[in-house]
Amino acid sequence: MAVLLIADVTNGQLSTDAVAKALTAVAGLGEVHVLVAGQGGDAAAAEAATLTGVAKVLFAGDHGFCHTLAEPVADLVVSLAGGYSHIAAPSTSDAKNVLPRVAALLDVMVISDVTAVIDAETFERPIYAGNAIQTVKSGDRVKVMTIRTAGFDAAAAGGSAPVEALDTAASGGLSTWVEDKSAKSDRPELTSAGIVVSGGRGVGSEADFELIKKLADKLGAAVGASRAAVDSGFAPNDWQVGQTGKVVAPELYIAIGISGAIQHLAGMKDSKVIVAINKDEEAPIFQVADYGLVADLFDAVPKLTDAL
Amino acid sequence: MKVLVPVKRVIDYNVKVRVKADGSGVDLANVKMSMNPFDEIAVEQAIRLKEAGKAEEIVAVSIGVKQNQETLRTALAMGADRAILIVAAEDVHNDIEPLAVAKLLKAVVDEEQPGLVLCGKQAIDNDMNATGQMLGALLGWSQATFASEVDIDGDSAVVTREVDGGLQTIKVTMPTVITVDLRLNEPRYASLPNIMKAKKKQLDEKTPADYGVDVTPRLTVQETAEPATRAAGVKVADVAELIAKLKDEAGVL
Ligand SMILES: Cc1cc2nc3c(=O)[nH]c(=O)nc-3n(C[C@H](O)[C@H](O)[C@H](O)COP(=O)(O)OP(=O)(O)OC[C@H]3O[C@@H](n4cnc5c(N)ncnc54)[C@H](O)[C@@H]3O)c2cc1C
Repeated sequence: MAVLLIADVTNGQLSTDAVAKALTAVAGLGEVHVLVAGQGGDAAAAEAATLTGVAKVLFAGDHGFCHTLAEPVADLVVSLAGGYSHIAAPSTSDAKNVLPRVAALLDVMVISDVTAVIDAETFERPIYAGNAIQTVKSGDRVKVMTIRTAGFDAAAAGGSAPVEALDTAASGGLSTWVEDKSAKSDRPELTSAGIVVSGGRGVGSEADFELIKKLADKLGAAVGASRAAVDSGFAPNDWQVGQTGKVVAPELYIAIGISGAIQHLAGMKDSKVIVAINKDEEAPIFQVADYGLVADLFDAVPKLTDAL
Repeated sequence: MKVLVPVKRVIDYNVKVRVKADGSGVDLANVKMSMNPFDEIAVEQAIRLKEAGKAEEIVAVSIGVKQNQETLRTALAMGADRAILIVAAEDVHNDIEPLAVAKLLKAVVDEEQPGLVLCGKQAIDNDMNATGQMLGALLGWSQATFASEVDIDGDSAVVTREVDGGLQTIKVTMPTVITVDLRLNEPRYASLPNIMKAKKKQLDEKTPADYGVDVTPRLTVQETAEPATRAAGVKVADVAELIAKLKDEAGVL
């Protein structure tokens, strides 16, 4: 059977890294068709078609699918579901919004945050903020799942799948988009960056978060934050790493002024190399850090930035 | 308007999770259990709506074991008016799946006719992040997930959502299902007098059979394992040593 992979598209822009990694996760399950929804998604559809392993791209260009509003997009996916054994998407906030709705409409369970595909029916997923890994087997006729992409390699570009336009009109009336507030940044995207520099409550203020940003910029890194840093207003919500924020697995993760609560570790403990800078030598973050520096961050971070 | 708030009893978020040696699950025997932190925020939001004159009655619902009574009493002590407990499991290790929970909640909604369902965005035990969305689907209602700001005005609600790119604001028609994120509010603690009063509030006990819902799981748990642990690292003396290690040993700079 075939797999329907729902592409993550924001304002016409394909989240290429997330989609390419999810593609790798599901490639063994059958022929993969990618769904791109939303007016202005032509370029995203064309780009998805270049990912190796995609057999076909379905492009539903109705205006009503823009901003991935849950109700019309779920209805669209359900209308296509008949031909598929698996419906998958990278675990983005859009997919977490839409796929459980799709699953309920199809009367099947959703399988959230899949970290490994064992076979067509069996999957691994973290539970309890990653403190346990569960292997589940689904008895449902169609498997609806979100893929935690951090552990998969991105499928390469170089393919040229056909793009098929769908003239499905969006069901409307239940919700409308009002506005997006997102800070534009030249920094790499948090979930696909090779290096992530994160600051916690220990950084102390929004102004002092500049220290974190300067180090990140020197390293060409993305900036992350703990929940405490976000709650305190030092950093925007989309920088939060952890159980309820983003899950990252970069080559290098530098945690600064972060204690290492399990909810934070849930979002970064699969990083290849972890560095912790904290003035408290007992901080739990040191238990997962490959390199720990017990120091005052206001002293160590500028030194580190200068020395690089 | 009546507001329905589903609340789940989960392992307390401060408790260290222990995976059972035989791989059969996480050990929940004699472990401190609490209301799912996101659900506390949902209860708080419902109370604030009532205080603002936008809601008349708050009904808390919990699905699980008999001991979920305690969780419902907490919701009542915070300020919910009435509670419904659906006893769907005898063993606390038997987690009821979001799809079954959503079906039970739909049945409760059909009976109670609330104008709003406020849920936590995810349960910190199974981390599924699904019940609210599934309930919205089964009811044919609009949904607004991961809310960090909620403004209800008659027939519609304007909700700001925490999304990967930052914040998204949408307008949904009522009735609706809203799932709440951590920054929506800070839940209050129940005062002692309110805890006492809560003991006298109405708490009805039901079973899935009362609603004609089959709670048989669709996912069979084959194994629950400890995650791979990281080998303990080393402490470095200063910034210079850190850079040297990252360059020469780890090769990441
Ligand atoms: C349901 C739920 C979900 C959650 N989800 C998340 C999540 O997704 N992500 C997340 O991060 N948290 C999450 N949390 C919160 C989590 O439990 C912690 O409260 C949070 O991670 C703490 O952030 P922190 O480490 O920055 O702050 P703290 O724990 O306060 O640690 C600050 C650290 O900074 C150090 N420090 C202070 N000053 C200095 C200095 N000058 N130099 C060096 N070090 C210094 C201190 O020694 C301390 O270790 C969640 C909590 C709950 C209940």
